[in-house]
Amino acid sequence: MIEKQYTITAAEGIHARPASTLVGSLAPFKSEITLELNDKKVNLKSILGVMSLGIPSGASVKIVANGEDENEAMAKVAEIMKTEGIGN
Amino acid sequence: MNKKITGIAASNGIAIAKAFRLENPELIVEKTIINDCDAELSRFQLALDHSKSELEAIQEKTTQEISKDEAAIFNAHLLVLSDPELLGPITERIKTENVNAEFALQETSTMFIHLFESMDNEYMKERAADIRDVTKRLLSHLLGVSIQSPSMISEEVIIIAEDLTPSDTVQLNPKFVKGFVTDIGGRTSHSAILARTLEIPAVVGAKTVMSIINNHTIVIVDGIDGEIIVNPDHDTITYYEQKQAAFERQKSEWASLVNEPSITLDGHQVELGANIGTPNDVSGVLQNGGEAIGLYRTEFLYMGRNQFPTEEEQVEAYASVLKQMNGKPTVVRTLDIGGDKELPYLQLPNEMNPFLGLRAIRLCLEMEDMFRTQLRALLRASVHGNLKIMFPMIATIEEFRQAKSLFIEEKSKLKNEGIPVNESIEVGIMVEIPSTAVMADIFAKEVDFFSIGTNDLIQYTMAADRMNERISYLYQPFNPAILRLIKSVIDAAHKEGKWTGMCGEMAGDEIAIPILLGLGLDEFSMSASTILKARSQIKKLSKVEMESHIETILSLSTSDEVESYVNSLKGN
Repeated sequence: MIEKQYTITAAEGIHARPASTLVGSLAPFKSEITLELNDKKVNLKSILGVMSLGIPSGASVKIVANGEDENEAMAKVAEIMKTEGIGN
Repeated sequence: MNKKITGIAASNGIAIAKAFRLENPELIVEKTIINDCDAELSRFQLALDHSKSELEAIQEKTTQEISKDEAAIFNAHLLVLSDPELLGPITERIKTENVNAEFALQETSTMFIHLFESMDNEYMKERAADIRDVTKRLLSHLLGVSIQSPSMISEEVIIIAEDLTPSDTVQLNPKFVKGFVTDIGGRTSHSAILARTLEIPAVVGAKTVMSIINNHTIVIVDGIDGEIIVNPDHDTITYYEQKQAAFERQKSEWASLVNEPSITLDGHQVELGANIGTPNDVSGVLQNGGEAIGLYRTEFLYMGRNQFPTEEEQVEAYASVLKQMNGKPTVVRTLDIGGDKELPYLQLPNEMNPFLGLRAIRLCLEMEDMFRTQLRALLRASVHGNLKIMFPMIATIEEFRQAKSLFIEEKSKLKNEGIPVNESIEVGIMVEIPSTAVMADIFAKEVDFFSIGTNDLIQYTMAADRMNERISYLYQPFNPAILRLIKSVIDAAHKEGKWTGMCGEMAGDEIAIPILLGLGLDEFSMSASTILKARSQIKKLSKVEMESHIETILSLSTSDEVESYVNSLKGN
């Protein structure tokens, strides 16, 4: 299991567009991937889950991947966070 | 055979094609107990597959024919269809409660809809609409009811609908949609305005077309006289083909005026501009001999998408318009949203009287960040051409001062950041609220120009909702009350050495044009397709002569009297 903390830098927080990109790119991975904001944990492969948190700009989120391809999955998260300007 | 329906002529021209009914079916879900879980699960899976391929096709088409941006919303919709948090509970319910898929779907998605609706973030609240949308698509497949998307039309048709919303209309492709007919709406409804921009014939307010016209029936739309002919016989088709040809001939006569200035018989020059909604409209303006853009409605940038346009996106759109206009005056109206124009991601509370509510500049001054972003984008784009900015729905001088000061602040911020801006941007206002028309002398000292928005000015002066057909008789552009207001606005501007334009429908009206010339209007902004007709008319009029009739016209008692007076002048 690996985890990493991100700060959301996108001006409008995680809106439909960045959330779609993030969620859509994680579908092929077998690992369980979750996102935590404050005390709430959601499935990062669920667009409704991610959107339901209404993650604002400046929020600090924890992403946890657990499974056989957890390293690749985390690398993908890092890539999307950067290319889509979501957070760092 | 040959059934004739009369409506309101909304956009010139004649089209003959098959009818395409754009329906909005009601989906009714009943709870039933099922015996075969596996069969129900595979029925659900099949509906999912169908919905996905349908969405993929719409997405593909929207990307190709409209834009990638407009298509992005369908990405999110597709992801919802494979969302484990949605599908898990539905499958679970079918298995453990033995309920039908429709019921399981509705229960589960309702839970999410409530969750989103209860969030204290307006944008997220509005995502509930996306879940509803996806649920509706899925439900329609389960129930075997088809729902339609205008972007999926791939043959020449005439759309028959109850009404077209602004977001429906962004999907219309003039290559296939040859014309449309709606049961409700008037000449100034948004679908009518869009039809004129796209130059497709349209008749609105036809009241009965949805109950009379079936799919695939041959229909003639006569947007010149506001008539629809259902199932025309051979002779009727021939007659309308000839009428269409005559219309085309007149258009080509006007085409010879494309590069001519708009000068009256006695040598007075006015400016003929066009109203546009997107950068794509500019080519039509130039082809039709537009000398300016008198109204660029920026709200289309904000519509048909799921979040605010970024500053960069806005700069790109404004710069594109300014570059294409190549130094010709371009008046951009800041965001005019609210009223009947809604944004899905900006959930505004329902109001009793949306036209009298929080809209246009009122909303912009409340949502200052959004407004500042637009002003910055306009300022950054200003170096590419002759930009003029106007604020909509100004009711008091304080509103203007407040908006103007935000403009000045953003301008100096940009200059401090070393970003070049045009120093000579004129800042004016729309005159569409009677209080402002009455106080025009006060405003004229502070604004750079006026642009009279007649559609709203008439609606607010007559206290008559322009969308309500039952009181459409009160939409009276020639009522002396309106003409007197227009006169005082133009006079007030001229007294301060400022100019006055008009960007409502009235500016292109053949009865209004002689009066407006006589009143001294400086700029006429209309649908691009009306410019050449107006120019041809102006070249045959004398300003001095029209001035001599103004006193008489303004002393008449009714709109009808004004109309007949102007018509009688034509005979001379």
